[in-house]
Amino acid sequence: MTKTVTKNLLSGPATLMYPKRKRTFTAITRGRVEVDIDRCIFCGLCSRRCPTYAIKVTKDCKEWQIDRLKCCSCNLCVEICPVKCLSMENQYSPALTLAEKAAAIYTARKVVEASSK
Amino acid sequence: MARKNIIPFGPQHPVLPEPIHFDLVTEDEKVVDALPSISYVHRGLERLVEKRDFVDMVHVADRICGLCSFMHCLGYCQAVEAIMKIEVPERALYLRSIWAELSRVHSHIFWFGAAADAFGFESLFMQSLRLRETVLDIFEETTGGRVILGVCKVGGVRRDISTETLKGIVSRLNSLKVQLDELSAVFINDYSIKHRLVGVGYISKEDAYTLGCVGPMARASGLALDMRALGYAAYKYLDVEPMVESAGDCYARCLVRIRETFHSIDLVRQATGKIPEGPVDVKVKGTPNGEYFSRVEQPRGEVIHYVKGNGSKILQRFRVRVPTFSNIPAMIKVLKGSEVADVPNIILTLDPCISCTER
Repeated sequence: MTKTVTKNLLSGPATLMYPKRKRTFTAITRGRVEVDIDRCIFCGLCSRRCPTYAIKVTKDCKEWQIDRLKCCSCNLCVEICPVKCLSMENQYSPALTLAEKAAAIYTARKVVEASSK
Repeated sequence: MARKNIIPFGPQHPVLPEPIHFDLVTEDEKVVDALPSISYVHRGLERLVEKRDFVDMVHVADRICGLCSFMHCLGYCQAVEAIMKIEVPERALYLRSIWAELSRVHSHIFWFGAAADAFGFESLFMQSLRLRETVLDIFEETTGGRVILGVCKVGGVRRDISTETLKGIVSRLNSLKVQLDELSAVFINDYSIKHRLVGVGYISKEDAYTLGCVGPMARASGLALDMRALGYAAYKYLDVEPMVESAGDCYARCLVRIRETFHSIDLVRQATGKIPEGPVDVKVKGTPNGEYFSRVEQPRGEVIHYVKGNGSKILQRFRVRVPTFSNIPAMIKVLKGSEVADVPNIILTLDPCISCTER
């Protein structure tokens, strides 16, 4: 016991002093899904694979949507994406209240060039 | 003869992190009867099987419980694999065993903390939870999640662990072992802890058998019940030894968990030494048609996953029988005749996991 007491007295807190020292996440920590919309081909495989139905892909208006509050960060969409435009970031998306739920739906829209219209 | 009083215990109680309710019928300070009631956190996860296909269901199984998340996933995947006759690659089996044993280590260390808190030893609780962090960090580095691992899938595992990382895990576990030695010495030798645990909550071997005890509860009473002896995952290649004590009281249950923690660390070391090279998953084709009972040893005991498929993507039935549920009759038996002050202790040494029990 004496050993533990002296160790604790000398080593300082075991926790991180948060605002000063932030926790570093590992490279593979499942935080949030991000999309590189320019590479997306709107195949919709991610939305079909999603176990929580959080992703919505609309081919006509070239839109990719994710409901952050539904997403369980399982990484399945990232694994199935044929063009690898989805990625799992190791930081969480910012916390939201229910009132802000509409904002939790993240939309990425591909800018359609004038020539293809 | 004293008057009988009913003392409600739970669902919210300082020593119980999870909601279970008991009506303790007491005479003076003696508990003469205990009436349990559960289902405060029922979430209907088994019913979800009718809405999600068998691949998505892995993620639901993963979320049954926080502490033994991986074991539930493993049990479910084993059942589906047995139905579909999938041969899982050996490396995946080893990785599953490693993660399962790490889960056992962190669950038992968490239990040390919870138990220390239950008998009022708060600094020991903090020491325990600090040690547990090592295992959670290993989880985060190897799977991407700290609690919900999400690495098990039908047909193997989703992530490989490189040889260097495996070596790193073993060396970190070795330093954890040294710290655990110090921690467990307190549990084994401390006068106050012994005073609270020795001779409290006794259950005989016969009672433990007839009331269907599983896990550390059964092993502390002298029943050598350990599902790892069935040789699922990579346990057939490892030297698994059930930790058995004969005293049958709270102290024996505590000793069983301490010895198991060290044994689990040893099993991880064994597995990392024997792990073969190769793929970690196989491609899954077709749909499950048939039924299977899969039995897995969780930190709390034996868990049974029953899966029934009818040839479509959506399974027909999924049922989980968790260790806490089969330990409740024994818990009632133990509570009868105990002191009111010992009730939190007795319940804690069972390590109840209510979110498993109610799904």
